Amino acid sequence: MKAAMRILVIEDDLEAADYMRRGLSESGHVADHAADGEEGYALAAEGGYDVLVIDRMLPKMDGLSVVNRLRAEGIDEPILFLSALGDVDDRVKGLKAGGDDYLVKPYAFAELLARIEALVRRRNPEQVETQLSVADLEMDLLSRRVRRAGVDLTLQPREFRLLEYLLRHAGQTVTRTMLLENVWDYHFDPQTNVIDVHISRLRAKIDKDFGRQLLHTVRGAGYCLREPS
Amino acid sequence: MNLPKLFKTSTFRLSLIYLSVFGASVLLLLGFIYWSTARLTTSQTDETIAAEITGLSEQYRRSGLVGLADVVRERSRNQRQSLYLLTDGNRFVIAGNLNAWPEVETRPGGWLEFPYRRPVGGRVETHPARARHLIVPGEFQLLVGRDIHGQSEVIEFIRTSLAWALALTLALGLAGGILMSRNLLRRVEVINRTSREIMAGELDQRIPVRGANDELDQLALNLNEMLDQIERLVNSLREVTDNIAHDLRSPLNRLRSRLEVTLMGEGSAEQFRDALEATIAEADDLLATFNALLNIAKAEAGQLEISPETIDLGPFIDDLAELYEPSAAEKGLGLSAAVHGKIDFAGDRQLLSQALANLIDNAIKYSENGGAIVIRADRSGDAVEISVTDSGPGIPENDRERVTQRFVRLEASRNSTGSGLGLSLVRAIAHLHDGELRLEDARPGVKASLRLPSRNPGE
Repeated sequence: MKAAMRILVIEDDLEAADYMRRGLSESGHVADHAADGEEGYALAAEGGYDVLVIDRMLPKMDGLSVVNRLRAEGIDEPILFLSALGDVDDRVKGLKAGGDDYLVKPYAFAELLARIEALVRRRNPEQVETQLSVADLEMDLLSRRVRRAGVDLTLQPREFRLLEYLLRHAGQTVTRTMLLENVWDYHFDPQTNVIDVHISRLRAKIDKDFGRQLLHTVRGAGYCLREPS
Repeated sequence: MNLPKLFKTSTFRLSLIYLSVFGASVLLLLGFIYWSTARLTTSQTDETIAAEITGLSEQYRRSGLVGLADVVRERSRNQRQSLYLLTDGNRFVIAGNLNAWPEVETRPGGWLEFPYRRPVGGRVETHPARARHLIVPGEFQLLVGRDIHGQSEVIEFIRTSLAWALALTLALGLAGGILMSRNLLRRVEVINRTSREIMAGELDQRIPVRGANDELDQLALNLNEMLDQIERLVNSLREVTDNIAHDLRSPLNRLRSRLEVTLMGEGSAEQFRDALEATIAEADDLLATFNALLNIAKAEAGQLEISPETIDLGPFIDDLAELYEPSAAEKGLGLSAAVHGKIDFAGDRQLLSQALANLIDNAIKYSENGGAIVIRADRSGDAVEISVTDSGPGIPENDRERVTQRFVRLEASRNSTGSGLGLSLVRAIAHLHDGELRLEDARPGVKASLRLPSRNPGE
């Protein structure tokens, strides 16, 4: 079981914030809520949170200003922006202000949860790693070799990057959008399930001949690479 | 057309300004004429008086006071316009044609102007005179002057004429201004009336054009063109609203029915879960359609900002081909990229990726097993052409324009998934890059190409 995280949600839509808190607590996390920018800033400045989820449009102090001020004061908790504005340049603005990730409303809760968990992981980078592994699947980033149960696997460059991302987020759910953004650097909705086909190709290489499945489909959310329980 | 309204027109105000400037110049000019005429007549008088004085002092030098008195007496008889007066120290008249020393302040050597009475044809008139006051040795005083009645009358006449001229100028200018304003106001009134009719909902009304091709006609033409554009936009908005009503209402209705029917039955937890999951999936589809519509509307209204960067089309297309290759292979289709040489293009990477992704997605969707899809990029003159060619059934020629409209899905594709918005978005993205989307017959299949003019990065 994952460790419980403390999450601050700064969101002026009270109903949406309530759903978010319930969803987060169902997932084993603790969420505090602030309904405007000033209150949110005050709570965040006290510290003690693992992740801040901040809406772009807030009363009293807008989301961008909250993040600017927090970053200026050296508060470096990971921040996830929520926004109803979906333009690409808007996303860039959010990241420039000091946000770590950007999610456009309406979003699936599974997407929000996956991104929050990925952000916390990103905050604690496992030093400079040259070896990634889950169970008997190993990746050597220097020699670019991938082995499962001691057997060398041949991966295409993109498959390698896909697997690397999954390994770095081992044990976490990653969504299709996260993969499209981080492995392919595309920030649009491709409508069809292009990612699924890439995953099933990867699965054929890393799982098919080895009995125990490592790459799992998480229904309604995405994928998860983890040790079999 | 009432007067207060007329006075408020800009033409009238302009003609007033023009009139006051013009009036001031007329006033200045006439004033100068008046001033110089007055000066000229005065100096003529003064010169005559000076000549008289020269003659008299010559006489005095030759024959003394007695001679002077004689000359004064003689000239007083003959000269009608010249005035003389010689008195002793107590201003007792010795000789001259003035009855008495004038009752104005004088000083020796100075000029003075005064009224005096003179007989004219049996009547006595008061005339203005101008004279010089001189001292003759022995405390005698001499006044030499001219009757300036004539000059004064000329000056008075000029003054009156000038006043009339000015008044006439102002009156004519004012009348002209009113006439001009009224004419203009009448034409503007026509424009206003048409505008009010349009505001009242008669969107097909247009402002009449007189055909003079003057600035008001130009204005009318421009306004009419603007109205055409607005009418087009309103119509397309109406079309979108109709489309939304049709294409979003059906899935919403489906969604609602499913929830209602599920609640009616004594469903198991599993059934409820299935229904909820199907509902979420349907909601996602709805949101995707909604977002696509919003993006198209934004792109078409020019609200979507493009952030151009230099794109090397080779790797750009390879990446997209690589993303879609497994999906194509799954359907038994070949997908290949063919870019010859290095082609750099300045455009928005994300938007162009999306446009091309939509085209590739369509190609995969409408191709049959064993087909091939080719993505090409070529330079053609000042433009680049990026095309996706499939070997599917193609689009009938008379449907090619229609398929780029929102929600249009041809009968043949009714059974496959999709919102019918893909090509609309592609076309909008092409327009954002000042380019166009072309659909051509590839015999067999469709060649969908983005033709985009090259531009400098950062432009």
